[in-house]
Order: sequence, then C-alpha cells, then structure tokens
Amino acid sequence: MSDLAVHFEGVGKDYPHFTLDNLNLSLPTGTVMGFIGANGAGKSTTIRILMGLVYQDRGSVRVLGHAMPFDQSVAKLDIGYASEDLRLYGSATLAWHMNFIQSIYPTWDQTYADSLVDRFDLKPQQKIKGLSHGQRVKAALLLVLARRPRLLVLDEPTTGLDPVARHEVLGALMEVLADDRRTILFSSHNTLDVESISDRITFIDRGRIIDTDDKESFLDRWRRLRLVVPPEVTLPPMPGIVEENRTGRLAVVTTNRFEPAMTSLYQDLGATIQAVDTMSLEEIFIANVRTGRNGKAA
Amino acid sequence: MYIQIIDQIKQRIAIGDWPPGTEIPSIRQLAVVLRVSVITVKRAYFELERDSVITTQHGKGSKVAEFPNVAPRRYDEELAQSIEQVARLGAMLGLSPETLTERLLAAIDHHTKEIACLT
Repeated sequence: MSDLAVHFEGVGKDYPHFTLDNLNLSLPTGTVMGFIGANGAGKSTTIRILMGLVYQDRGSVRVLGHAMPFDQSVAKLDIGYASEDLRLYGSATLAWHMNFIQSIYPTWDQTYADSLVDRFDLKPQQKIKGLSHGQRVKAALLLVLARRPRLLVLDEPTTGLDPVARHEVLGALMEVLADDRRTILFSSHNTLDVESISDRITFIDRGRIIDTDDKESFLDRWRRLRLVVPPEVTLPPMPGIVEENRTGRLAVVTTNRFEPAMTSLYQDLGATIQAVDTMSLEEIFIANVRTGRNGKAA
Repeated sequence: MYIQIIDQIKQRIAIGDWPPGTEIPSIRQLAVVLRVSVITVKRAYFELERDSVITTQHGKGSKVAEFPNVAPRRYDEELAQSIEQVARLGAMLGLSPETLTERLLAAIDHHTKEIACLT
C-alpha cells in the first residue's frame, strides 16, 4: 500500500494552444495540498487528468494506488470531486440529488449530510435552478463531503462564496482532516484560503510547476529585505535572490533562500538593514510567477 | 501563524491551565479546532519541544514538560527589534536623543498607569 494519495510522474498533455509539461507531483496521504495558479495556468487540466476526465499524452498518474485513467472506475468510488462547472439538475431538488448520490455510493452518511445542510444554510426541498451561485457551490460540496471519500479533489471550492460561507466550507474541509487517512487537493487563486489550511503548496504557471514545498518552509524561505546602500556599493549576486529593486540609496531585495548570514554580509558591505519582512503567500506567488516568466532560475 | 500557537500554549502553561504532565491535544485535533493546517501545528509543537516546553512520545502524543521553560525568550528579541525601530524612526523624524528618551519615558509612564487602573 503506497502512502501517496496522488502521484504524477513526468505527466504531459498537448493542446493546440497550451502544453502541460513534465508534471511531477506527489501528495502524501493525510495532507492538504493547495494548488495555486493564475487563470489558465493548468490547474483544471491537471485536476481533470487526475480524475481521468482527460487522458495524459505522457507520463504516469496514480491515484489512491490506482493507475489513471485505466482504473478510474475503481478509483472514483473513493474520490470526491467538485468543480465550479459541476452540473446539477436544475429542475430537481437538493434532496433528490442527495438520494441519487446515496443510491450510488455505499459510504454516504445521511447524518453528516443533514448536519452539513444546516451548516451550509441550505434547504433540501429547494430546486437547484432557484439557488444562487454560492448555494450551488455549497450544494455540490455537500454531495461530495457526505460520501466521506478518501481523496477530495476540489477545483476552486471557495470561488463565489461570501465570507461566512467560505468560513463554513473551510471549517468542513478541516474536519475531514481529523481522519488522517483522508487527503485533500484543492486549487484556488485565493491565496488566503490556501494559506490557512494547506500543508503543502504547489505553484503552477503556464503549464509548468514552478515551485512546490511544505507551507511553513515556503514562508520561512522567502523574505524581503529593505536596505540603505551607499551609492558606490553594488550588491553582489547571491543564490536565491529573485528580485532586486534599487532606487537611489534604497534597495529592496527579494530572496527565496533567506539566511540570517545574508544580513551580516550586506552589513559588511556597508549597507544598513532597515527591515527583513516576511511575505504573504500571495506575495510569494507573484514573485515566483514573475521570476519564472522572466526566464530566470528561481 | 505557528508563533501565535506557541504563544497561546505557553500562556496556558504559564497561567496554570495546563499543569506539568498534562496531555495536550494531538497535532491533528488542534489543527481541526483552530482551522489551521496540520503542518503549522506540527511546526509549533516542534519548536515547543526544542525549547523543552512539551515532550512528545511517538504514538503517545504530547505532554507539558515536568519543568516547562516558558521564559519569554522571544519577547527579548522582539524588544530589541522594537527599540531599533524606535531609534530608526526617531532619526527619520529628526528627533534629538533627548526628545526620543522623553517620549519613551512618557510611554512607560502611560503604560504603568494603565496597568494600575486594571488591577
């Protein structure tokens, strides 16, 4: 039994205007991975390959120990997938959908489903076509969560939700993690959501993974230094520096491999350190994407 | 984020909510309750163990150490940084060392009075 819930090796997919290139991804059982990318970066394509909805042109994909796309019918019993464009039947009610899913999946938990109806503030007798966008998103999540799948794959689960609903949804996701055999992969461009609940973070841009690490390491490695540098001094290149902005005496240096030794090195050169700031995941993401697009090695 | 968790746990121990030897929640339990990621809590427990505030036995969970060291070592660092900051801002505003000292003394005075009001 492998302890990787998801394992991608050298996965690629070619479209006329988009290429997913040499994707390597591993997600240990019991963790939450946040998958962050700009619009059109390849998040959804990756997730569709993972689900067997799109077949990869190259590479191997294993999900819960099953080879995809060949074993997808077995694998899908244990995967819960929800995406933004998930279609529910407009003229049927939420209760009808709950019955329908229950008839397919033996793991359906009605008590849990009822509690989620309350928490998500939904009405089972309401027809889907009468629901707002946010209510539909919550309904789709409920249908997936109540099956208690071992792997949850959520494509933009919090998009279009109001703050209260987002809080409830993130809370429900965290409760899933009380069971350490269950794993979550979710994509988002809302870095705040990803930052709060993810253990591992993967950045994707233009069809390539540009960085992947555990969250605390990300937050540890990246720093932004503000320096006052005498005019005659040029700052030496150092490994890990992804950006250097200098206007007059002020310099702002962004690094993805911060070490305290850096500050003493700058001080030896005659620079004054004004601040060493930690960066939010959003700032890290933007700096990462910019460096990647400029063609520099991060 | 993990620093906040460390502070909260140290505080609980310092005020006596969690006496030495108390079993503390597992990493996963605490993550679910606080709605933060498992890795963040893991990091906090790791640092707490390194500072001998808690002890962790694999498969048995974590306990408050027999003689937990909750000395606010980090506050010392924080103070040093804040004082640096005061000096820097003072220089930026062109304040004389005397004026800056006066302002600091006034702030200390204000804080002392505030605490006196509370107790």
